[in-house]
Amino acid sequence: MESSEPGSSVVEVRDLRYSIGGRVIFDGLNLSVRGGEITAVMGPSGTGKTTLLRLLMGAIRPDSGTVTLFGEQPSRLGRVGLYALRQRVGMLFQNGALMSDLSVFENVAFPLRAHTRLPEPLLRRLVLMKLQAVGLRGAAELDTSALSGGMARRVALARAIVMDPELLVYDEPFVGLDPISLGVILRLIQTLNSTLGITSIVVTHDVEEISRIAHRSYLLANGRAAAAGSPAELRATAAPVVRQFMSGLPDGPVPFHVPAPDYREQLLGSP
Amino acid sequence: MARSLGPVGDILGKSGRVALFFIRVLGQCLPSLGQPRLVIAQIYNAGARSLIIIMLCGLFVGMVLGLQGYDLLQRFGSESALGVAAALGLVRELGPVITALLFAGRAGTSLTSEIGLMRATDQLTAMEMMAVDPVRRVVAPRFLGGLIAVPLLTAIFDVIGIFGAQLIGVGLLGVESGSFWSQMQSAVDMRDINEGLVKSLVFGVACSLMAVYEGYFAEPTAEGVGLATTRTVVTSAVLTLLFDYLLTAAFLNS
Repeated sequence: MESSEPGSSVVEVRDLRYSIGGRVIFDGLNLSVRGGEITAVMGPSGTGKTTLLRLLMGAIRPDSGTVTLFGEQPSRLGRVGLYALRQRVGMLFQNGALMSDLSVFENVAFPLRAHTRLPEPLLRRLVLMKLQAVGLRGAAELDTSALSGGMARRVALARAIVMDPELLVYDEPFVGLDPISLGVILRLIQTLNSTLGITSIVVTHDVEEISRIAHRSYLLANGRAAAAGSPAELRATAAPVVRQFMSGLPDGPVPFHVPAPDYREQLLGSP
Repeated sequence: MARSLGPVGDILGKSGRVALFFIRVLGQCLPSLGQPRLVIAQIYNAGARSLIIIMLCGLFVGMVLGLQGYDLLQRFGSESALGVAAALGLVRELGPVITALLFAGRAGTSLTSEIGLMRATDQLTAMEMMAVDPVRRVVAPRFLGGLIAVPLLTAIFDVIGIFGAQLIGVGLLGVESGSFWSQMQSAVDMRDINEGLVKSLVFGVACSLMAVYEGYFAEPTAEGVGLATTRTVVTSAVLTLLFDYLLTAAFLNS
């Protein structure tokens, strides 16, 4: 398919403006994701990383500017077109978002059952292959409540790739994982990218982890991309907000203190 | 506009939102019947799992009807009409109403909290991102399950209730068994059964709809799901009694 050729642009964000309840989230954001690469979208909490994913998937509409996915604008598509577009994308949610009333096997089989009419033996083989890829074939018959956080995320990853998507979107895949599980997820993201050629977008604030595997990174701040480039290029950027984020400094352009009335006055003044 | 009208505006606004959601759910009911296993699972959840409480309450209500009915009827020397009184009271009124109230408390709350928690844990969003309409996959089967379960539960409630009235009237208070049953048979006709059936269907729609609506639009927090569950019970109960009055008036008029 043309849109997923290596090097061509899978996602294009141009002059994006989006605000909610009077709060401006994006103001002139530009970003592009090239096919076959791992693109990291980083930024402090509250910079709208997840909002960007929702815009990308057409769950919300931009105020102005364009978001293009596989050459189409999700915000202009009707439900049918949008759902067709979403079938080409796999999404991994922060906590996995597995269906609580289904087993591990049925969770992975869910998109197949919804969108295809595969005969049961073939479906079973496909699901087991995807579970094998994330190392959880042995857990196929378990209840989702029996899974640890890291395992749940791996099942969700198997589910995300079961329809063989061209683009995989990861929303904070490293949050709350122990070092071993984190390493597993990190390696899976890389393996899926390199062996299957799946274009990947990883939204995260774990600078160290993602720098090891990302081809290209964006750092969001103040509603736009404050910096873009390879992890090394990002480190070399002089902009204060980039330096603060990349080195994890507690105070800087993103202040340590939430805006408050004068400290002295509040402590010593009349109540 | 709706806000400036105060509480009346709130109720109007919510009625409109529920009506729109109702249309959306109805639109997905036929497609979701294409996956009968989902609907059957929900009939089991909402219906079969409510059986014990429905049967127990039906028995007690019937027994009370036996006592109260006997006390009232014997003042006029017509205690043999106990069967008619109990059957009509149950089939036309108490069966549908009490079943709907119990259903709202037992099954409606669990529907609301289940769907609300699915919302809170991103399961519904995940479905949308997998190009699966959660209204079709989650809401419609649960709505249909409730809708089908309520009339069935009502029928069971009626039967057990009549048995309870007979237990007290005939077994304990000495009403003659023959007249208990024969008078009931000649006095209760299809019109009464229809009234009960229509009521239970309407209550089933109202209670199931409110349960799925509150769950689907619950605020995705622990507190939000709790509040939504409470609203389900309150709204279902009020709607049930309101529709009960309207339907009773309509049936008595016709």
